[in-house]
Amino acid sequence: MSDWIPLWLHKLGSPPVFYRFAGALRPWMLALALLLGAVALYGGLVLAPADYQQGDAYRIIFIHVPSAWMSLFIYGVMAVASFIALVWRIKLAEVVAMESAPVGACFTFITLVTGSLWGKPMWGTWWTWDARLTSELVLLFLYLGVIGLYHAFEDRRQGARAAAFLAIVGIINVPIVHFSVNWWNTLHQGSTVRILGPSKMSGDMLWPLLTMMAATKFYYLASLFGRIRADLLAMESGKDWVRQIAAREEAR
Amino acid sequence: MNPTRKRRLTIVVSVLAAAAVAIGLTVFALQQNMNYLFTPSQVQSGEASAYKTFRLGGMVKAGSIQRASDSLKVTFTVIDAGGAMPVEYTGILPDLFRDNQSVIATGHMDNARFIATEVLAKHDETYMPKELKDAMAKAHEGKKVDGAAAQDNKPGAPQP
Repeated sequence: MSDWIPLWLHKLGSPPVFYRFAGALRPWMLALALLLGAVALYGGLVLAPADYQQGDAYRIIFIHVPSAWMSLFIYGVMAVASFIALVWRIKLAEVVAMESAPVGACFTFITLVTGSLWGKPMWGTWWTWDARLTSELVLLFLYLGVIGLYHAFEDRRQGARAAAFLAIVGIINVPIVHFSVNWWNTLHQGSTVRILGPSKMSGDMLWPLLTMMAATKFYYLASLFGRIRADLLAMESGKDWVRQIAAREEAR
Repeated sequence: MNPTRKRRLTIVVSVLAAAAVAIGLTVFALQQNMNYLFTPSQVQSGEASAYKTFRLGGMVKAGSIQRASDSLKVTFTVIDAGGAMPVEYTGILPDLFRDNQSVIATGHMDNARFIATEVLAKHDETYMPKELKDAMAKAHEGKKVDGAAAQDNKPGAPQP
């Protein structure tokens, strides 16, 4: 193995170590997600002022935009994990990639539904085939494709490798979603929150949005850790460490 | 890195590169077709003439909205930096439709008039409370008034 990777990271890649690590961290992640989510919802729905143009209807942004960010972020995580899984054949990387897909698909679905609900009163239509909306829909299909391909194989690891290929090729859609509003004339407006330069949103609206972003990140980790733990147990069901856990559970 | 991993790495990277090139070329080729809308100046320079139905996008000219008293017929003018286009529409308009709002109308040309079958309102990426917007508008007005006052003073000022 390459010696530039620290030893603890190698150890973390082993299923029993990661199982314990994820189990210890998961309650904290879930608690942080719920706490930050509650604060963000209170800030966004109660404290933040109404928008000068859209009135109170803009408040759906506190769900729509963090979900949209997560739909792209999780795809990125899935693609990187897929890449590691394909080249180095690390079992844990396969599990991370395949268990990220359903969470990402849910966030993409929420993005599309909330966007549609927002579009009807403001734009005047539920759906339109502009570049941003269409590429986000393609993202949902990519997620569904990865999930479907993974489950289409008898052998899980073979399925994971095939799906990982699809996930890697699909990463090309992520910059297209992000930059679609700059590259083409679209009905969807441009980015409000910017990493470079000032955001186009007043501060009392921005902080709930960023808090919700943090909450969704923690929710993703909590959800991912739970899914990975279940998956590892199923995958290694014959191994010693799983037997020990099973014996301990039975003794209780 | 051992040879097996190196080979896998090469395969994965080359598949990714091939896919990126293929999609990049497709997107580049679609660049023209993927335009969601045409602006009034593009329409006037004939860029939309290949299409029977297309989308017209621009800003509603302030004061140009005229509603018929006996029907839902509305006429208004859509402008961009270099052109203007009269639009006719019959139906219910979205909440955000007003003077100086960006709109996207779907329809066809009838002589020099655009007959819309659907009008959508576009909003910008700026969000702020109404009070802040009013304060900014006031500050802007104030500047204009000052400017006008300064101009009014000019004729009275002693000529050199």
